[in-house]
Amino acid sequence: MKVIELNRSVTDSNDRDAEALRRELKEKGVLLINLMSSPGSGKTTLLSRTIQDLSTEIRIAVMEADIESAVDAERIEAMGAAAIQIHTGGMCHMDAGMTRKGLEEMGEERAELVFLENVGNLICPAEYDTGAAKDVMILSVPEGDDKPLKYPLMFAKSDVLVITKTDTAPYFNFDFEACKKRVQRLNPRIRIFEVSARTGEGMQAWEEWLKEELAAWKNR
Amino acid sequence: MHEMGIVLHLAKTLDDLAEEQHISKIGSVTLRVGEVSGIMTDLFVDAWNYFKVKHPVLAESELKLESEPAVTICDACGKTYETIRYGKICPFCGSEETWLLQGNGCVISEIEAECEEESE
Repeated sequence: MKVIELNRSVTDSNDRDAEALRRELKEKGVLLINLMSSPGSGKTTLLSRTIQDLSTEIRIAVMEADIESAVDAERIEAMGAAAIQIHTGGMCHMDAGMTRKGLEEMGEERAELVFLENVGNLICPAEYDTGAAKDVMILSVPEGDDKPLKYPLMFAKSDVLVITKTDTAPYFNFDFEACKKRVQRLNPRIRIFEVSARTGEGMQAWEEWLKEELAAWKNR
Repeated sequence: MHEMGIVLHLAKTLDDLAEEQHISKIGSVTLRVGEVSGIMTDLFVDAWNYFKVKHPVLAESELKLESEPAVTICDACGKTYETIRYGKICPFCGSEETWLLQGNGCVISEIEAECEEESE
């Protein structure tokens, strides 16, 4: 036996898969957005509203990754977007291989904007590249403004933070300024949106960003 | 469950490596595990022993774990300190402007392997 020095990441094979998937999706002009958050942060509600507002202009599809059940996919299909439910079989996160399989099953040519709703969890999904063009994390007001202190990696690696359920702020003592300051310390280049999918407040800025990203992805 | 995910990815990374470098058998795998990576080392070895038999190249391999100390640097005074002992607040100047330098990762540092030509 010989000793081989490696110094390679344990997720090296996933990182390479993810890079290849990103390249393929770029060629096809499909913008994949990886949505990460804890359970109950309002991902599906945010998506339902986004689909409702944008589906006349953009062909949207959603991949729902859950350990069990198909409730979310049913809610999304009711809004008029293609949806596919991926069961991760007990795994706490999505990786590039699972994402690719989901896209193939769905037929990614059916959409130009695909949302991957990752497993509800602020820890593991942050560590695995799914091949998405952008990583978006959602933090809902009821979860509290201290979350950046507890789950720094998720905030550090996301391109965008969407703070949801802003209409509930009066009940939860959520300090927006303190939260943003904590997030920006971890990640100075992060974009932050504040929305309420229920009242519609702030939705326009988020949707404009999606449109700009899609246009840029197709042109670049 | 987190450990299971990492083990699956590690096995895949090693399978790819074996194909790339014509390795027929891996004898040992040494991982450098960061002190604050959140990986439970006992569970990790159990998960490895459970999964390795599904990969012919890895079936007889032994997993060796080395700990990488966690070190934090303070932006305010520029000193470094032990993360586990002092946490987020700099013990020298009391600043909270501190950043983790190392200790969060999990890297394959080396493997012992038998290549195809040797085994024949």
